[in-house]
Amino acid sequence: MKFSFIKSRDSRSNLLVREISYIAKMDVWKSIKIKRTFRQIRMEKIFRSSLVLVALSILVLVIAFLFTLIVQSMPSIKALGFSFLFGKTWDPVANVYGTYPFLLGTLFTSFLALIISIPFSFSIAIFLGEYYPRGWFSEFLKNSIELIAAVPSVIYGFWGLFVLVPIVRSMELKLGVTPYGIGIFTSSLILAIMIIPYAASLGREMIRMVPSSLKEAAYSLGATRYEVIKTVILPYSKSGLFAGILLSLGRALGETMAVTMVIGNTSIIPKSIFDPGNTMASVIANEFTEAASTLYLSSLIELGLILFLVTVLINLIGKKIIKRFTTD
Amino acid sequence: MPQNIQYRLGKSKAFKGFIIFLSVLCTLPLFLILIYILKEGFTKINWHFLVNLPKPVGETGGGIANALIGSLLIVFYAAIIAIPFGIMGGIYLSENKKSRLSYWCRLSVDVLQGTPSIVVGIVIYFWIVKPLGTFSALSGSIALAIMMLPIVVRSTEETLKLLPSTLKEAGLALGLPYHKVILRIILPCGFSGVLSGIILAVARIAGETAPLLFTAFGNPYFSTNILKPMQSLPLLIFNYATSPYDEWHDLAWGAALILLIWVLLLNIITKITTRRWKIQF
Amino acid sequence: MKLKSKIKSALFVAFVLAIVGSITPGCNGGSSNNSSSDSTATNSDDKTLLGAGSTFVYPLFSKQFSEYNKQTGLKINYQSIGSGGGILQLTNKTVDFGDSDAPLNDEQAQKIGVPVLHIPMCSGAVVISYNLPEVKDTLNLSPEVLADIFLGKITRWNDAKIAAINKGIQLPATAIVIAHRSDGSGTTNIFTDYLSKVNDEWKSKVGKGTAVNWPIGLGGKGNEGVAGLIKQTPGGIGYIELAYAIQNKMAFAKVQNKAGNFIAPSIASTSAASNVQLPADSKIFLGNTDAAEGYPISGFTWALIYQEQAYNKRSEQKAQNLVKLLWWNIHEGQQYCEGLHYAPLSPAAVAVAEAILKSATFNGKPVFNGKPVLQ
Repeated sequence: MKFSFIKSRDSRSNLLVREISYIAKMDVWKSIKIKRTFRQIRMEKIFRSSLVLVALSILVLVIAFLFTLIVQSMPSIKALGFSFLFGKTWDPVANVYGTYPFLLGTLFTSFLALIISIPFSFSIAIFLGEYYPRGWFSEFLKNSIELIAAVPSVIYGFWGLFVLVPIVRSMELKLGVTPYGIGIFTSSLILAIMIIPYAASLGREMIRMVPSSLKEAAYSLGATRYEVIKTVILPYSKSGLFAGILLSLGRALGETMAVTMVIGNTSIIPKSIFDPGNTMASVIANEFTEAASTLYLSSLIELGLILFLVTVLINLIGKKIIKRFTTD
Repeated sequence: MPQNIQYRLGKSKAFKGFIIFLSVLCTLPLFLILIYILKEGFTKINWHFLVNLPKPVGETGGGIANALIGSLLIVFYAAIIAIPFGIMGGIYLSENKKSRLSYWCRLSVDVLQGTPSIVVGIVIYFWIVKPLGTFSALSGSIALAIMMLPIVVRSTEETLKLLPSTLKEAGLALGLPYHKVILRIILPCGFSGVLSGIILAVARIAGETAPLLFTAFGNPYFSTNILKPMQSLPLLIFNYATSPYDEWHDLAWGAALILLIWVLLLNIITKITTRRWKIQF
Repeated sequence: MKLKSKIKSALFVAFVLAIVGSITPGCNGGSSNNSSSDSTATNSDDKTLLGAGSTFVYPLFSKQFSEYNKQTGLKINYQSIGSGGGILQLTNKTVDFGDSDAPLNDEQAQKIGVPVLHIPMCSGAVVISYNLPEVKDTLNLSPEVLADIFLGKITRWNDAKIAAINKGIQLPATAIVIAHRSDGSGTTNIFTDYLSKVNDEWKSKVGKGTAVNWPIGLGGKGNEGVAGLIKQTPGGIGYIELAYAIQNKMAFAKVQNKAGNFIAPSIASTSAASNVQLPADSKIFLGNTDAAEGYPISGFTWALIYQEQAYNKRSEQKAQNLVKLLWWNIHEGQQYCEGLHYAPLSPAAVAVAEAILKSATFNGKPVFNGKPVLQ
């Protein structure tokens, strides 16, 4: 470098030629670079706007979802109004559509499932979050809980129909109630198994997030493990556990196939938990392809709309609580 | 030791035992299901079962080839539709954490995630099936894609958020354009997370029945045309399980086992991918 | 690096090919397609037909269509989603033909707006099937007892009313569990039509229809769902198609007809009930027949097609295939009826059905004249 510099200094003309050629070269280089830069800027713009477009389309998708449901259920909203929600009979022949039996069936199955599953999911949360966060058995337990969530619901229904139903029936025979075998109780059992993972895995995360300083303080005061769990861990992760319950509930409300296969599919108002019934989702699954009259069809869609709003609301509240809990 | 303390310690131990008991009890139903389906399904699966079509009622020796191929195709197309959208959406959300659009978009993703599958089926019926005038595998794929979307978006977003901002800054400082930074640096770094999200989403939709009831509809013949009705494993299980024919029950058990293996395999693959390509910083 | 990009592009090409291959109708896989020469010339879209509806006729259709497929290569996809579903999907023009055990009612006809042809396919009996492992003999049921059971007034099998018409049979004290259809169904229509004809309380309280508000019981989806429920529940009783009951070796009752005889459902007793003069549109209910040897709960099942076949850009080939198929169904296809326990159409009924089929048009022109031959 230095050598060439000195050399060029020696002959001025030479330097000039060199400089010009250098500048020329620079220019060529620059123009290529500018071209490339422009192309890249354009690409960048396209990329950015396509990102925005995708984000927007997801939003539009959901709005269109809601819109479709509302438009399609308009005939029944107009014709039936609030009687739709509280009407006690669902009679397609007489064109009377009241969803009260299904609301009841849905609430029965979901809450019963929740009650059955909560002790289990919380034990797993405590087991994995507090007692044994590591170890081969915990790893095994964690994986099998995740697999519970992975098994398709139609397989739960199938299994329930052939294994659980006869068991429940023989139990009902001993209890002296009509031995249907299928019904609200059976579907609650199936649902309870299905929703365990939701509250369990969230609960585990929440329990793990309890600051160890709090626990240690309690231990140092002489608390036993049980007392620490009861007075420190559970109160601290209370809202997170609640969110887990909400997510489980959302799942239970919207579950279709497993419930349809074992609930009994009847539109009578259930009188006990051993009676057959129907949930909102199972009515839609059973009757949607058959609803031949306008009002019938739009009633089913309105049912779908209600289901959509309720589950979405529950899920959003759950998510909100988790978010607040994790950012605190 | 004072009796009081002994009592408290005993209570603590009893509680622990109780928790362990309930936790172990929880795994019981899973294994009951696995074992039962393995037992019922294993004897039904043979070569004919995999390559034959279902026979009409009363004839033996039917298979589930149409459902097997149908399920694979429907899920494949659903994945093709959902993956680009999902990843782009995830990138947008991770890149624009605070914008108003991202708030609404995130909300929409949450809404989609909570949407009951049966509702998705209804909506797609009105969007695709009725205008096209026929049930089709494509409409089933679209319904499943919508179910997949929130999982892919969320896993992409969560993964990319975890990446240190220095990666992106280093790329930009070298003069790389924005899209190259994202596609060539950020996305490959978060590859395992995104991939496991995708596989998980596929595993979830592979067993979905409800959205297919009014979309893919079912087909007793072998069909690869996605503009026509197509059979799928979950539909076949649902239809045959509720029938009174023992031959059909056998088909359903075999199909259930195959579906179960498929779904569980995907879940295990997810586990392995996350473990192998774990991002470490 | 080079290898990698080569692999990448190869994968991409394969991917595009896969998509194109699936969308173009050409590769509609033909497994049992042993049809004659013209299979390559015609669009494969014309080689499929989509039907949906009655579960009542499903066993017969699955047999008939499988045979028809062997003979002609035409693939008929029939999904048994219930008669109501068949009507709805036909209304929405998502299927080529529907099948219903109940003719269109006024509201449905009005919603469709254009004429729909009802072509009788066969007639069948709806049997009262029950699950009482202890009882070996066939039960007798009278219309009154039947209505009382389904109204929920008789709740135990050893009720005095049942015992009175089943002398000598030791009835258990099991609770009666009623199974009915949860979906819209022509089978329900036949059964409730019968109950409305024989019982005034049923007529005023429940009425007849493809789906009614059942006073009691469990719902099953489709004939197969109800049959499954009965089979699975000791003490169960329900109404299903005869073919389902026989194929599943389920017990079914003799029912007292108008003439006072207890008649077991069979092809002969169903034929006796269906041997009537059909009106020109073939819409007729057979319930509570006057025939002395006729089984009282039976009915026709009708294939439903649009009279004007040119809609939704359908090809004429498709319309012809459809009409030929139905023509085959009411002629050659009838031989499969008896094996599956359906009553074949009487010659008079076939004549009516032929006349109806001939009135199908494509752009105003009849789809075919005279007897069509197989493809």
